[in-house]
This record gives sequence, C-alpha cells and structure tokens, in this order.
Amino acid sequence: MANVLQTSFLPSISSLRRTPISGSKGKSQSLQVKAKIREIFMPALSSTMTEGKIVSWMKSEGDKLSKGESVVVVESDKADMDVESFHEGFLAAIMVEEGGVAPVGSAIALLAETEDEIAEAKAKSQSSSSTSPKAVEEQPKQIEEAAPDVPAAAAPTVSASKTVALWSAVHPASEGGKRIVASPYAKKLAKELKLDLGTVVGTGPMGRIVAKDVEAAAAAGTTAAPAGTVAVSPSKPAPVAPGIELGTVVPFTTMQGAVSRNMVESLSVPTFRVGYTITTNELDALYKKIKSKGVTMTALLAKATALALAQHPVVNSCCRDGNSFTYNSSINIAVAVAIDGGLITPVLQDADKVDIYTLSRKWKELVDKARAKQLQPHEYNTGTFTLSNLGMFGVDRFDAILPPGTGAIMAVGASQPTVVASKDGRIGMKNQMQVNVTADHRVIYGADLAAFLQTLAKIVEDPKDLTF
Amino acid sequence: MHSTSALSFSQATSVPTTNYAFHSHCPLNLRFCGLTTQAFGFSFSTHSASTRLRLSTRAPGHSNKISASPGHNGTPPTSFDYDLIIIGAGVGGHGAALHAVEKGLKTAIIEGDVVGGTCVNRGCVPSKALLAVSGRMRELQSEHHMKALGLQVSAAGYDRQAVADHANNLASKIRSNLTNSMKALGVDILTGFGTIVGPQKVKYGKVGFTDTMVTAKDIIIATGSVPFVPKGIEVDGKTVITSDHALKLEFVPDWIAIVGSGYIGLEFSDVYTALGSEVTFIEALDQLMPGFDPEISKLAQRVLVNPRKIDYHTGVFATKITPARDGKPVIIELTDAKTKEHKDTLEVDAALIATGRAPFTNGLGLENISVVTQRGFVPVDERMRVIDANGNLVPHLYCIGDANGKMMLAHAASAQGISVVEQVTGKDHVLNHLSIPAACFTHPEISMVGLTEPQAREKAEKEGFEVSVAKTSFKANTKALAENESEGLAKLIYRPENGEILGVHIFGLHAADLIHEASNAITLGTRIQDIKFAVHAHPTLSEVLDELFKSAKVKAPASTSSSPVSDPVSA
Repeated sequence: MANVLQTSFLPSISSLRRTPISGSKGKSQSLQVKAKIREIFMPALSSTMTEGKIVSWMKSEGDKLSKGESVVVVESDKADMDVESFHEGFLAAIMVEEGGVAPVGSAIALLAETEDEIAEAKAKSQSSSSTSPKAVEEQPKQIEEAAPDVPAAAAPTVSASKTVALWSAVHPASEGGKRIVASPYAKKLAKELKLDLGTVVGTGPMGRIVAKDVEAAAAAGTTAAPAGTVAVSPSKPAPVAPGIELGTVVPFTTMQGAVSRNMVESLSVPTFRVGYTITTNELDALYKKIKSKGVTMTALLAKATALALAQHPVVNSCCRDGNSFTYNSSINIAVAVAIDGGLITPVLQDADKVDIYTLSRKWKELVDKARAKQLQPHEYNTGTFTLSNLGMFGVDRFDAILPPGTGAIMAVGASQPTVVASKDGRIGMKNQMQVNVTADHRVIYGADLAAFLQTLAKIVEDPKDLTF
Repeated sequence: MHSTSALSFSQATSVPTTNYAFHSHCPLNLRFCGLTTQAFGFSFSTHSASTRLRLSTRAPGHSNKISASPGHNGTPPTSFDYDLIIIGAGVGGHGAALHAVEKGLKTAIIEGDVVGGTCVNRGCVPSKALLAVSGRMRELQSEHHMKALGLQVSAAGYDRQAVADHANNLASKIRSNLTNSMKALGVDILTGFGTIVGPQKVKYGKVGFTDTMVTAKDIIIATGSVPFVPKGIEVDGKTVITSDHALKLEFVPDWIAIVGSGYIGLEFSDVYTALGSEVTFIEALDQLMPGFDPEISKLAQRVLVNPRKIDYHTGVFATKITPARDGKPVIIELTDAKTKEHKDTLEVDAALIATGRAPFTNGLGLENISVVTQRGFVPVDERMRVIDANGNLVPHLYCIGDANGKMMLAHAASAQGISVVEQVTGKDHVLNHLSIPAACFTHPEISMVGLTEPQAREKAEKEGFEVSVAKTSFKANTKALAENESEGLAKLIYRPENGEILGVHIFGLHAADLIHEASNAITLGTRIQDIKFAVHAHPTLSEVLDELFKSAKVKAPASTSSSPVSDPVSA
C-alpha cells in the first residue's frame, strides 16, 4: 500500500532541481518546484560537507514561515548554521527529526504554500519516507492485519498481534502498577532500542526499571536464541506446512525480529566452544526412580548444571561493557523452548537452591505458560546461563549461539547407548551424552569451561546430590 | 540599647579579586561561586540591570539624600573603635577587609561561623574539587574520546570517601589561607554573631555569652545567603539535600532528582552523572537552564543533558518532597506550573534542592535602624548604601554580596566590597555589574558577561540603537581540535555603530577562563574595533575570542591613539 501511495504522489513532489544558489553564508536552498508544496533540502554549508545533522528545528510543523526566516539549525563538519527559508509558507512536515542526519541535497522538510495544503504535504512526507522511523512504527500494524490471513495455522496459533499484547506486563512497582517507574537512562535506552517500557520488568530498587533490565528485555524475546533449537516437548512439534504458503515473503513477527536482531548482535561476541562426553547411566537410573514424583529430565539437567555453576561462578558471569566481569548473584537457568513461530527461554530461577521437586513443578508451570504465551518478562529474560536440549530428537551433538547478555550456553545432545572400553580392559555399554558449551571468551576462558564441565560430569555421573 | 538576640552571619561568598597581596591562592578563589546568581524562587533569572534600575529610582540622588536615621538608639558615638567593621567573613567581607587595610583603615571582621563563608566552605571551592574529579572521570570513561586520541585506558573507578576528602581538604586549605591573609594584614577577626544595635554600633558574641559592643565609622553587612528550600520540601540532609550536604558527598545515589536547572543544578548533574548516578531535572520554567542566553542553553542542553543519563520535567513545580523512610524511596510530587494541577509523581533515591539561594539577614538587628528587607534582601542603592523603610539612605551602613541580591556571585560581592571601601576613603565609585563575568563549571564550561541576546534586544528597542550578534565555533579552533574537544560556541552581542560590547557568552572548553578578555574589555570600555588588533598566541583557545571580535562588523573606525582604552562604557 505504501508503494502505491508513493508512486502516485511522487510526481507532484519531484522538483525541477535548479542548481543551488551558493549563498555567501551557505544559506538554505529551498528549491523551486512547480507544485505548491516545496521541499526544504539539506544545504551544503561547506565545500567538504557531504551530510548534515539536524541540530534543532526552530519551527514546528504547522508554523508559518516568512521568507528569510530561520527554520532549522544544521551542524556541518565545521559549524552550526541557521538555515533560512527562501519562500513563504507553512512548515508542513518535518522529515528528518532533531538529531537525525541527512545527506546534502536530500529533503528534510516540506513547505506548504497555504494552510490547506499542510495535510496533503504530510501525507506525502509519510509515503515518501519509507526508510524513516515512521515506517518502523507502522510495522506492527501490518502484522496485525496480516495475522488473520493465516487461518491455516488456526490450531494453537495465537495471532501475532495478540503475541505483542501478551508480552507486555503490568509493572509491579508503584501504586499497583499504575505507573511505570524507570530510571532516566533506562528510558533513554528504551527509546533507542524502540522498546515499550510496559513490557519490561524492573529489578532495580523498589522494582524500578533500570538500564540493565532494558538491555535484558531487548536481548530477551529471544534469549535462548540458538538458531534452530527446537522443542523440549516433542509431543507438540513445531507447526509445519499448514501455515506456510510457498512462494511468499512473510515478514518477521515481533519475536522473530527480536531473534534476528539478537543473532546478528551475537556476532560481536568472541565465542569459543568446549565439548564433553558424560555418562548418564546413574542419572537415567535416578530419573526412572523419581519420575513418578513429577521430576523431569530438564529439571534434573538444570539442577545439575546449577550445582556445577555454583562451584564455577565465572561461568555464570557475563561481560556487559567489554571492560568488566559481571558476576551474577543468582544462578538462573534459562531453558530454550520452541513455540509456534519462534522460541522462548523460560527461566528456572535460583536453580542451585531450589529442590528438584519444586524445580520440576516450576518447570511444568513455565512450559504451560510459555505455550499459552503468558510468560511474564522476568520469567524469560533473567537467565544467567542457558540450556538447549535437542536430545529428544535424537540429535547427538550440536552447537548453540550465545545469547547476548549472557556468558555461556550449553547444547545438550541425546543420551545414547555407546560401546565403551572400561579401565579394566573390558568392552561394555554405557549411556553417554555429549554436551557442548559456547562461551564468551572475554570473561570465560578455556580452562574455566573445562573445569566446569568436569564438575558437571562428576555431578551427573554421581547424581545423589541432585535430590537434596 | 535593645538586646536583640543575635544570630550568625557567615554565609557569604568566595574569595576576592583584589589586585594585590596573596597571589598564592588567587587562581582558585577567583572562580565563580557555583552556588549563586539566581536569586531564589524557581530559577527566575536575576537581571542585575533591572534590580539596579528599580533601586536607583528609589534613591536617585547621591549625597544629598542622606538623612540621619531617626534613631531611638541614641546618637552615634563620636570616637570609634574601628574605621570599618564588616559583618561576615565570606569572600565579600574578605575582599573588602583586604582593600580597607590597603587604604589604611583600621578594620575588624565579625564571623559567627567559619571564615570563608559559603563559597569556601559550602560552595564554589569544594564544588570545584568535585568537578575536577568529574571532569577526569568523564574523560577516562569516554572510550570514544580516548580512542580518538590513541589512548587505551582500562575501566576507571573512584573511591567516594577519597573524593569527598579532596573537596574537604581543599576547603580547609583555602579557609586557612583566607584567615592567615587577614591576620597577617592586621584585620581583627571577632568571633560571634554580629547585630547592629544602632548607627555605627555593632555588638557581637557567641550564643550564651555576653555580647561585646564595638563602634565603627562605617559598617558593611556581608552576611551572604543560605540554600533556598521552597515550601513543601522536607530536607533531611540524607536523601533530600541541599548543596550544603551534597558537597560532602556522603553518598552517590543511583538516581537523584535535581530541583532547579541553574548553575548549582547543572554543576551537580555533571558531578553525579560522572560518578555513575542517573539524574532527573525538575525545572519550573518551560526550558532548562533559563538563566542563560537561550542559544547557549540550547547548545548546553545538547551537550550536557541529552547525551547523558539525564531526563527532565519542565514547567513543573516540585510541590512536595518526602525523604526516603520506612523502606520507601524519596517521593516527589510534581505540579504543573501553569494549571497548578498534579502532574506526576517521581520515586527516586535522592533529591537535591538547587532552587537558588535566600539571603541570610535574620537577626542582623536591621529593625534597630528601621531597615525593612525585601524578601530578605537588604535594600541598597547603586553604591551599596543601605536604604531604610522610608527610602532614605542609612548613613555609614553598606550591604554587599548575596545579602543585597544584586548579583549573587562571590566575586561580585568582593567587587562591591572594594567599591564601598573606595567610597568611604573618599573616592566615589560605582561598580558596573554588567562587567562582572559568571561561569558554570560543567564539562565543558559555560561563561558569560553582560547582557543576553534577548536582554540586549529589549534594551536596544527601548533606547533605540542597533544590536548585532557575532558567533564563532570551537570547531574551527586548532587547540580545541587538538584536545578533541571541539564542541562549543562563543557569541558576541554588540552595537555595530560604535563597537560597544554588550555581552559575551561562551560554551566550550575552558570557557570560564576565556571570558575575562571580554569582561575586562567591558570594564575598561574597550571597543571591538580596537580589541580586534590585540594579538593572541597561536594555537590557543583564546583565538576563539580573537576570531569572535574579528568577525564583528563594526561601522566605527578604530581609535587613532596608540592606547585603545577610552572612557569606560556605562552600560
């Protein structure tokens, strides 16, 4: 639709560009156009200037301008300059906001000759600014509209627009959540990251939202994003063909967009991998024994991992600013769960302290909530270490991408009967699984991971501590 | 004699700009007191010009209006203990005392608290220590800036107590310098709270002790000011604080609200954000930094506020502030300045009240000589002579500094004190307040002298002359570029027909040091067409002003005489 608008309107805006008159002080050159709506261009304030930054608009949309009046302050490579209007009229639409940068000669605002044309000009500016932030804002709307068009996936699918709503949470702080309490920097960050503060849960004093919550929320959506991780619950496989129409281009949902951003962002983290083979006979035996009490394998693995982390706090740390270790005070194990159209990482908080039965119940509750898309932000964005398990598909080994904002992620393969040689020279069968940890080498070094994995193997191979 | 209960004075200002004596600590003391200029209230700007205008109409004449106070306090004594008594040993009192000694006057200074007053103990001096720390922190934390210079620095950190000690040590050092300089010159320091009991008579003494009566030919009130705290705000000294507490830096809150975005608020925002706090400004007027030239405050906002961890609410009053207690944070209620309706509630870790300063004149015994204060300020004429309730001048009584509210700056108080001493030693002197510079020591600094552009345009309209504006950017300055600190602007407001400088405003690296070329030019009446021939070393930041003067378009020709200094300009 935007395209249609654009084409229909463009001819009327497109101007007969006259060579800009080079004013002595580098004044603006609003170019003469046939239409009554003129564009104000980014002027060349010096011979070396290729782009200019809008320092401030001295007029607001709708203001009347007289000829020679200053409209905007532009920062060039040399100085800040007031740019004057060469025509009379009304400032109809500002196309580059304060702080924005535009190349020399590109339109930064529209000037309407009469007041009646302001609305028209505004429409034009919106249609022609497909790359402007406004276009981004429109995106959710498009998703909303698009959602009903995918009826095939009717089964458990929740429409995308609803997903957005569900991801928001009522802020717990202050007057029963009537107000959002966020620190100044958190607000700035949220604005930059285009994040709705309503969807962020604060962990600062009195439950206020602080900068790290915003960062965590931005990284969340997706935390466990290791590409291609799939369900913990094989009973409900990811929706296959029904919802997909071949030959179409389907825009990302909000969640998928967040995954995409995070995956790209992960490229800036120097990661490395260390693998380990762990014998699971004892763990399997334990599992069989306490399965009837509602204990799940995921909970057992999370518990074992948490106990190992407790002995190796550095593996539970992360690097936030490139300059320091952030040692997390609690061990929160995030476990990747595939859900329709994406994945989410419910978090088992304080997994080292909570007993295995409670942990299992908690896990079941989280998975149910995740399926119903009712997880609260703190239930999916507070992980300090991530587990991703594809063992249920028979995958024997894989590699996970480190979610930004955490220090390490462990990819767990299937436990399979393997022929092994024992120390006494015999050949026997043992159940073995391969784990592969991806870590941020800025804070976690090879020896750290090796020692952690050794501890983890000991715990799994002698799992009696897990039930305490 | 009445035995009014005496109170203390001490809250004066900074150290003098005297042109003699102790050079040892001058550089520090000359700095503008971070804690002043805006008179109290929510930072409405104090225009010395308008204040002066009002007062001078009240007492238009010079000597002939003096009338003896119809005293019920008896007649003035005929012989005196001292030639001059100064009440309050702040920067104003100190400047006056030193100049008085030079002029051969037998001088005493009365101080009820510590020597040095607000500036040295609770103002400019300790705040400059904190700002020195914040400036370096800021530099070390600016990875981008460091990288551009090719420097590598690992994470910068700080020790709060050591920073606080630095500020405190600096204050004690300057205080002892001040005390010693006065003692060395033979100024009597009388300890106690001074009260005026009648013409040329003062008593002083500590609470609970008997008062001592002294007489002097002339008396100067220099009692200064205290932080102004608006109604509804409960200051507990821990989570809701004034600059007095903040300078002790007892804790660095995660989130602090600063009420008022004038000099004090701005400087503290610089300190707190550098030390890791996040800041919320609460400003009653519609824009931040209302006291500055609008163009400067706009730029300053772009550099000092927007990129930092600061947000702000403008056009609102903080009508109620409750300190943190019972596990609750500091709660601030915001009321719309226009509609007077409740607008928002903030919950923060601390609140700093920086809404200006109120004169400290209670207990001075002004009623004994029938002087009535105006919002606490002692009314004076342009020669700092105190005016009584009937509009008559009180003989031999002067008031300088924050207590008269003309220009609440440490160095202004000192200049006023020197002006008074000139008068009592037989030389008429009127201080030109428009030549007194002011500075705000943020990073980068802001400084100014004379009129802002709107003030100049208003004056021009009234008096019918033309006003022009010239501007230069720090971006074109070699030294600024070498320092990688090219953000900045210098602005000159002048009269094109005769080259008179009306005002200069600078925002940029070392702006506070750069302003003096302009303020000296205004004091001496130097015109632009003459000063543009002055030579500046290259490459220095001073070339910013050189270029500024050169870019002005003055119609008048340069003076023919070799010395360009002409008659002082009466602004």
